[in-house]
Amino acid sequence: MDVTIAAILLQDGITTGAIYALMALVTVLVFTVTRVILVPAGEFVAFGALTLATLQRGGVPGTVKLLVAAALIAGAIEVASAARRGQFAALPRALAGLVAVPLLIAATVAWAASRQWPLAAQGLLALAAVTPLGPLLYRIAYQPIAEATVLVLLIVSVGVHFVLMGLGLYFFGAEGWRTPAFVQGSIGTDAVTISGQSLVVVAVSALLMLALAVFFSRTLRGKALRATAVNRVGARLMGISTTYAGMLAFGLAAFVGALSGVLVAPIATVYYDSGFLIGLKGFVGAILGGLVSYPLATVGALAVGVLESFSSFWASDYKEIIVFTLVLPALLYRSLRHPHREEEEA
Amino acid sequence: MSTTDVPLLEIDGLSVSYGKVEALHGFSLRLSQGQVVTVIGPNGAGKTTLLAATAGLLPSRGTLRLDGEPIDRLTVEERAQRGLCLVPEKRELFTTMTVEDNLLLGTYPRVLRRDRHPSDGIEQVYALFPRLKERRRQEAGTLSGGERQMLALGRALVGKPRVLMLDEPSLGLAPLIVREIFNVIGRLRAMGVATLLVEQNARAALQASDYGYVLETGELRMQGAAQALADDPRIVETYLGLGRAAPEPTPR
Amino acid sequence: MSLGRGDPVGSAAELGFDGLPPNAAPVPAPSWRPWLRDRIALAALVLALVVLPLAPVSPYWVTLGSYVGLYALVALGLVLITGVAGLTSFGQAAFVGIGAYTTAYLSTVHGVDPWFGLLAGVALTGASALLIGAITLRMSGHYLPLATIAWAMAIYYLFGTLPWLGRHDGLQGIPPLRLAGVPIVGDAMFWLIWAVVLAAVAALSNLLDSRSGRAIRALKGRAAMAEAMGIDTTAHKTAAFLTAAVLAAVAGWLYAHLQRTVNPGSFSLNVGIEFLIMAVVGGVGHLWGAVLGAVLLTLLKDQLQVLLPKLLGTQGNFEIVVFGALLVLLLQFARGGLWSFVAARVPQRPRAPLPATADALPPRRATQPPAGDPLLEVSAVRKEFGGLVAVKDVSFRVRAGEIVALIGPNGAGKSTCFNLITGVLPATSGQVLHHGRRIERLDARRIAALGLARTFQHVQLVPTMSALDNVALGAHLRARTGVLAAMLRLDRRAEARLLAEAMRQLARVGLASQARQEAGSLPLGQQRIVEIARGLAADPELLLLDEPAAGLRLREKQALAGLLRTLRSEGTAILLVEHDMEFVMGLADHVVVMEHGEKIAEGTPAQVQRDPAVIQAYLGSVE
Repeated sequence: MDVTIAAILLQDGITTGAIYALMALVTVLVFTVTRVILVPAGEFVAFGALTLATLQRGGVPGTVKLLVAAALIAGAIEVASAARRGQFAALPRALAGLVAVPLLIAATVAWAASRQWPLAAQGLLALAAVTPLGPLLYRIAYQPIAEATVLVLLIVSVGVHFVLMGLGLYFFGAEGWRTPAFVQGSIGTDAVTISGQSLVVVAVSALLMLALAVFFSRTLRGKALRATAVNRVGARLMGISTTYAGMLAFGLAAFVGALSGVLVAPIATVYYDSGFLIGLKGFVGAILGGLVSYPLATVGALAVGVLESFSSFWASDYKEIIVFTLVLPALLYRSLRHPHREEEEA
Repeated sequence: MSTTDVPLLEIDGLSVSYGKVEALHGFSLRLSQGQVVTVIGPNGAGKTTLLAATAGLLPSRGTLRLDGEPIDRLTVEERAQRGLCLVPEKRELFTTMTVEDNLLLGTYPRVLRRDRHPSDGIEQVYALFPRLKERRRQEAGTLSGGERQMLALGRALVGKPRVLMLDEPSLGLAPLIVREIFNVIGRLRAMGVATLLVEQNARAALQASDYGYVLETGELRMQGAAQALADDPRIVETYLGLGRAAPEPTPR
Repeated sequence: MSLGRGDPVGSAAELGFDGLPPNAAPVPAPSWRPWLRDRIALAALVLALVVLPLAPVSPYWVTLGSYVGLYALVALGLVLITGVAGLTSFGQAAFVGIGAYTTAYLSTVHGVDPWFGLLAGVALTGASALLIGAITLRMSGHYLPLATIAWAMAIYYLFGTLPWLGRHDGLQGIPPLRLAGVPIVGDAMFWLIWAVVLAAVAALSNLLDSRSGRAIRALKGRAAMAEAMGIDTTAHKTAAFLTAAVLAAVAGWLYAHLQRTVNPGSFSLNVGIEFLIMAVVGGVGHLWGAVLGAVLLTLLKDQLQVLLPKLLGTQGNFEIVVFGALLVLLLQFARGGLWSFVAARVPQRPRAPLPATADALPPRRATQPPAGDPLLEVSAVRKEFGGLVAVKDVSFRVRAGEIVALIGPNGAGKSTCFNLITGVLPATSGQVLHHGRRIERLDARRIAALGLARTFQHVQLVPTMSALDNVALGAHLRARTGVLAAMLRLDRRAEARLLAEAMRQLARVGLASQARQEAGSLPLGQQRIVEIARGLAADPELLLLDEPAAGLRLREKQALAGLLRTLRSEGTAILLVEHDMEFVMGLADHVVVMEHGEKIAEGTPAQVQRDPAVIQAYLGSVE
């Protein structure tokens, strides 16, 4: 192992680690606000990448169909719920957000698909197409059982994961896709080169993390979201709707996931089922942060990325075993340092 | 007593059950603009249940009306948005966020109501509780018991609530702090904030109120003008012996 | 002003006094219909299972039924560890794999008798479970499920890479089971599998209804309380984990000899997740939920593969989409699983009445220590949390036959001090002596074993267990029956004695009529009293009560004070932490007043009430 190879592995590790870190952040965010372990987080990544790939080929991505279907279902549920409570005042605004906006986006993406816009613009289209799926999925699958136990919410997540994965196969087929790089070329010396795309991934990830940090600490909506995570009852008593908080959290999750997918598409071949492992590794990072600490989750995820990169070089067959087995002592250490205060989920 | 016709808060025949146990049975109450109404009774009487159900945290039977509008089918958040603000027994502060952020979040209902200057209540609260101003950048979790209660109260007040509901504000606090809190409640009364006060400390509560209801084992036992209740021998006997009244200063 | 109707103080029964003699065991008039209904349902099930293979149905359904039985076995284990003990495991499929591969390897490569393969499989799986459990079960909260994912994946990859296990192709040609030379296949296998399933349900049902079962039930979210009752939570977690692993191993053994081939794909993380889905959808809190979940999910997956192509025509893989969607819908419809949904709408069968006569449990010590003997000596005990000194060199003494109250304003450090004595927190310095022996470094379990019993500030009862069972938890250390004895129903005599003792204590505190009620449905005041009964069931030398009067009505407080006086006269010492001055002053022999972590006064109630420092603390403290 010489410096060049080590450098390449490190670079690879940090690049994938950055993506895992974004997934880890999303996992922590969604869990603290809604107590949902977002198993389908990886599907947002896959959908982001594959939507972009489809647009690249000039086709209308199946994501559009999902968006329409989800919007209509969510709209129907919202109407039924309003009817049951006899409260129609808030309905028009809810429908505008849940139905009208996604339908508009779907129409735009479908229209623009054949017009072969430049890569960056198509990236934005892919983001626009996938992001609304977050709040829609929350409203349809989770909001009706928002007070259920973590275990039940987890199984529901598994169900949503199955749905998205199955639809992914149907929309995008079984083959993997790769898109051209956003940034060509590389910088550096003969010994150590850093590819442009890697830089973009790490830079965008860092910017995104910064943006989220600012959102949570400086804006009222961000603080409201934090408040929901810190004390749900207190937040509700302040008029902060848990549904709104949940949809916002899921919206952020979908956005970050889609963005990760768009970033990853040029550097790795993405399949309809690639999302699960990406999400899982992000989840590992999040757990190393105790599912509460953002900085530790980031560090944990980066560590997983680097570990994976080096293991794949040395013993690629056993790569997964190594990663998952080495996670155990880290988990044990963390668990003993910070014993979990018992939740009484009676 | 108040002169407004339509009571601000109307509770009619409210009943709440925990499984097979009925914690509250057919309770009714009226609160008018600018009034302070207190519900007293011993531990386990159902006082907290009453406020929790009114705020929407517990399912209930019976009718609830805010300013004539039924609110039974509204969620907790929706009731808060309409100005029905509860300061719960456990305070439910955002302990890892600063005092300032806690107060800022208290303005959320006004933001939702599209108030022009939703945060103008914050300075008023700092004037009412100078100690909070000193600690504005500290995390809420580091405050003492009394300061937390002040923060909880302040957080409710910045939202300019139409009805303020206080669940045992004196709970777990030293007598001196209790006196301060009840002073503030007295000032609220002067400011015209309609307040529903639930207390175990009957003497202090009745002193600060206009009207009172006595709750025992989930049912209404008595009601009347606060002064009259305070003088009623039955009350004096049964309830005032229990709680520690806000004490008069001991002559030294 | 208006007066409320009726007697404001309430009837005696309402207040918890039934006036029943101490050894009465009242039971609500039994309604035989639910009992009969349950027996008939069980008989019907057994009949159906016997008849199914004989009916003119295609053998496909019998085979499917066999698989359902196997899944049910694994799901039953999940009900025990996840539903009851609260340990979410994604890795049960790995244990199935170990059981399957062991017998497969031994019977194909070494020609060993499959029945021996069962023993070997169970042994190996058991050993693995002990090893894995030693690491995993130490973890708390969210770390535990992730750890199960980690080793599940590691074991799965191991199956797929070891050459002598056939790598990704696995092992083929596994012989069938034989009984007296006759191969057990088809219908016979179906009956064998379901016989095992029913035996497992019986064994687990017995387990949950026993001393160990109560301990396992207390693991979920209440481990601190369990330790304070003297329960070895690690041992019980391990026992539950081991039981689930053994069930999985047996399922694996049966699987290998049913399918006659094994390959890694059957034991992947996805399969592990499916088992969890079955348990949760079926009802993870109920044993029959596991069976229901296994049946439902298998049928669903099977039928989707048949129906969907017919309905939708295309070759698209929609089964997984529809499956996922149905999963979401099912859980929205029935959060506690389908069995919960059904059970909630059907009248519950009352539990069996207590045996009429049961010998009493032996007392824990030959004699109570004579009144005045120093039982507990707290000596300059100190607790620092980083820079904050919560308890500052506090000293006091509790003597036998005495009631000592620890009082003080909010934040004085009373509860911290209490936790130091009961082994919940380690002291920074100082000593706590019990009969002269130092106990400040002992954990809660050992302190319980010494005869100190405690209650909690926030009531820690297991809400889904009856009051009687909760109280019986307090007597955990007074019996010795274990998991195996429980499963085989060999513990009935010890159980009878334990429950009789629990009943006796409930009657003593005046709650005999609530014995069979779910603890969670009792009003808070009664729950506190049940906690006290639980403490008494331990036959303690010293009873430590944390704010026992909080949440009680006046008459209940009076009754509680009376009970405590009676206990004092019988020789039990009591240390209580309280806020309620009235309650304390009329009851305690000795009062210790704390403020800001320090002892500021001590003496008789009268002395303390006149002490200027105390008056200052309560009336004049500025925060």
